[in-house]
Amino acid sequence: MGQLLKFIGIRGFAFLIGLGFIGVLVIAFITDAVNYFKEPPAESAEHALHKANKDVDFSFEGPFGRYDQAQLQRGFAVFQNVCASCHGMQYVAFRNLEDLGYTPEQVKAFAANWPIEVPTINPDTGERATRPALPADRFPSPYDNEIAARAANNNAYPPDMSLIAKARPDGAAYIYSLLTGYQEPYQGYDEPAAELAERFPEAQPGDGLYHNPWFPNLNIAMPAPITADGQVEYPEGAPEATVEQMSADVAAFLMWAAEPKADTRKNAGLAVLIFLAFATTFAYLSYRQIWAEAKRKVVAKGPLDPEHMAEREEAKAEAAEAGRGVKG
Amino acid sequence: MSFAWAKPYEPKTQLGHWIDQRLPLPRMVHGAVGGGYPVPRNLNYAWNFGVLAGVFLMIQIVTGIVLAMWYNSGIATAFSSVEHVMRDVNSGWFLRYAHANGASFFFIVVYIHIFRGLFYGSYKAPRELVWMLGLVVYLLMMATAFMGYVLPWGQMSYWGAQVITGFFSAFPVVGEPLRVFLLGGFAPDQAALTRFFSLHYLLPFVIAAVVILKTWALHIPGSSNPTGVDVKTEKDTLPFHPFFTAKDGWFVLAFLMLYAAVLFFAPNALGHPDNYIEANPLATPAHIVPEWYFLPFYGILKAFTVDFILPAKLWGVIAMFGSILLLFLLPWLDRSPIRSGHYRPMFKVFFAILIVDVLLLGWAGGAEPTAPVVAVMQIATAYYFAHFLIILPLISKFEKPLPLPNSISSSVLHGEAEESAPYGLAKA
Repeated sequence: MGQLLKFIGIRGFAFLIGLGFIGVLVIAFITDAVNYFKEPPAESAEHALHKANKDVDFSFEGPFGRYDQAQLQRGFAVFQNVCASCHGMQYVAFRNLEDLGYTPEQVKAFAANWPIEVPTINPDTGERATRPALPADRFPSPYDNEIAARAANNNAYPPDMSLIAKARPDGAAYIYSLLTGYQEPYQGYDEPAAELAERFPEAQPGDGLYHNPWFPNLNIAMPAPITADGQVEYPEGAPEATVEQMSADVAAFLMWAAEPKADTRKNAGLAVLIFLAFATTFAYLSYRQIWAEAKRKVVAKGPLDPEHMAEREEAKAEAAEAGRGVKG
Repeated sequence: MSFAWAKPYEPKTQLGHWIDQRLPLPRMVHGAVGGGYPVPRNLNYAWNFGVLAGVFLMIQIVTGIVLAMWYNSGIATAFSSVEHVMRDVNSGWFLRYAHANGASFFFIVVYIHIFRGLFYGSYKAPRELVWMLGLVVYLLMMATAFMGYVLPWGQMSYWGAQVITGFFSAFPVVGEPLRVFLLGGFAPDQAALTRFFSLHYLLPFVIAAVVILKTWALHIPGSSNPTGVDVKTEKDTLPFHPFFTAKDGWFVLAFLMLYAAVLFFAPNALGHPDNYIEANPLATPAHIVPEWYFLPFYGILKAFTVDFILPAKLWGVIAMFGSILLLFLLPWLDRSPIRSGHYRPMFKVFFAILIVDVLLLGWAGGAEPTAPVVAVMQIATAYYFAHFLIILPLISKFEKPLPLPNSISSSVLHGEAEESAPYGLAKA
């Protein structure tokens, strides 16, 4: 090996290795191409029928966007009355609701009246028991464990809602699209529904599934949760509780649940950027000053133009003659 | 250190004298990054990324140490301890986002630094060891980043660990036992998470040590420069302090603005949503991808689709490791005596192709592997190996370089005698 390397040299050796890799890649490329044209891969139903998130305007979008407390409160009402019967929120505590503008007393009441109690131990007998929630408790899951949840939901597991808005690409828009996206299969595409139905029969919802082209698998085990206008009672002065409005509100609430510090973060970010802008400006100016001497170079333009320089020298000489000497 | 005209350290106070005679640490700093280190005066902004990399190493170490005070490396508690940091620890969200995005920006900076080295021939004699130590830093960074990404124990953490440790099982006979040995089990589990945490805490300090060696090696010949011409006289250099401390100073602050913009306004843009789902060994994500800074290598890995003598997976793994290891040979593969790409007309063209090629590999590595995407990977991978193993050695033979400037100062100062006087003498 050593002698071989000596004979062909390091570059010759590299050349052979390079040719080896390229050769294998050419073989792979040709094989793949032949297979591709022999048997063009069929488009999957998920690929063809999945729809991109709907366009929603949320108040918290962009660096200057902030959560709308009234909307979060409405979203919480939707969560409380609709979602919470199946979904828990294990990382959000009742006390966090104070961020939504509720008073500590209101929060205490929400916790105490929550339909699901939290597990505890009976202090006298040591037996398992439950007690009403306190503000320090997290939102309890309606099910004891995953098996119980699946048993109650046709073998589907309602995921925890704490982080759902960050666990899906463009989560808030996705939640809104999903909640408002239940529909008959094959509707709303460029191609006619009958043709699509023939090409993608597998897109039909199976037993206990519901069609929703915004769900990555197209068919979801959760029945449409928000079905009728006015399903959740909104306080006076709030926008009308349409399906779209309730869906947008709960999407905003879940975004807050996933990222409760977003407003603090953006405020801090603006302060940091303003500080850094000043610091950068000053640092840049001192850089310019320090380098002024070293950077000076003759260019045939402006005050350094030889012609201008000559004029200046002349003026200086004249001034010196006239006794108005200029230093330097 | 490196040049005869380097200004020696002169303590200004009695205390300074006293210390200098007993522990000449200020003398060392003066020679390393102070007025005693002469630097080519023509460095452009591509040369700021070495200092920037040091800044991001420090940001990562400081934020990481504080995060470790809250993080819990149990498989049942890791994910919720991260959520605890995000929700209940004072400014915990800042620490975590600063650390997660700090990793991304560390890689951005290091990639620019590496490509600067590639274009300006910084790997050529006499700086081969500087280049190789830099590659060691890069490999350590990759290991650190990979293990750090596993720590939150989200879905991508878990499945990324599964896929990346799975590379080792591609090797015949020793592969599978090696994988089990590295993971401490047959799949990523408690043993893996705890050791990843331990090593993730250790490796940054190893990086810092290699950075010290690298800086030491760099200061023997001194920094390279955009012309690639050696420093000849004092006119060619300026002392590091105050000139380059000032230049680095404002540029670091400007770059931190970019970092802050992402950290505060789009902190999850560079991450993967699936990592906000707790690890579940029973549910494989639809599309497992590594962090963005590994995507070009992922592209190389997946380009090999056909068993040819060796299994396709083994080809992919060998090519992926080889794509980095070949860079260690670069000083001997590119034998053109001209360092700077500015004076190499053929090299310049291929260098531009290489940049596009690596970006394409990164895009393809992250995209869904449909047939056209895999074809792009195959072409781009072939070019990557061709570039370093075939094209570079060949063009150095056939290329006719452009004339080099006589000296650094004549390239910057256009030969004006007064202007090119050493700093401080022009006034006299």
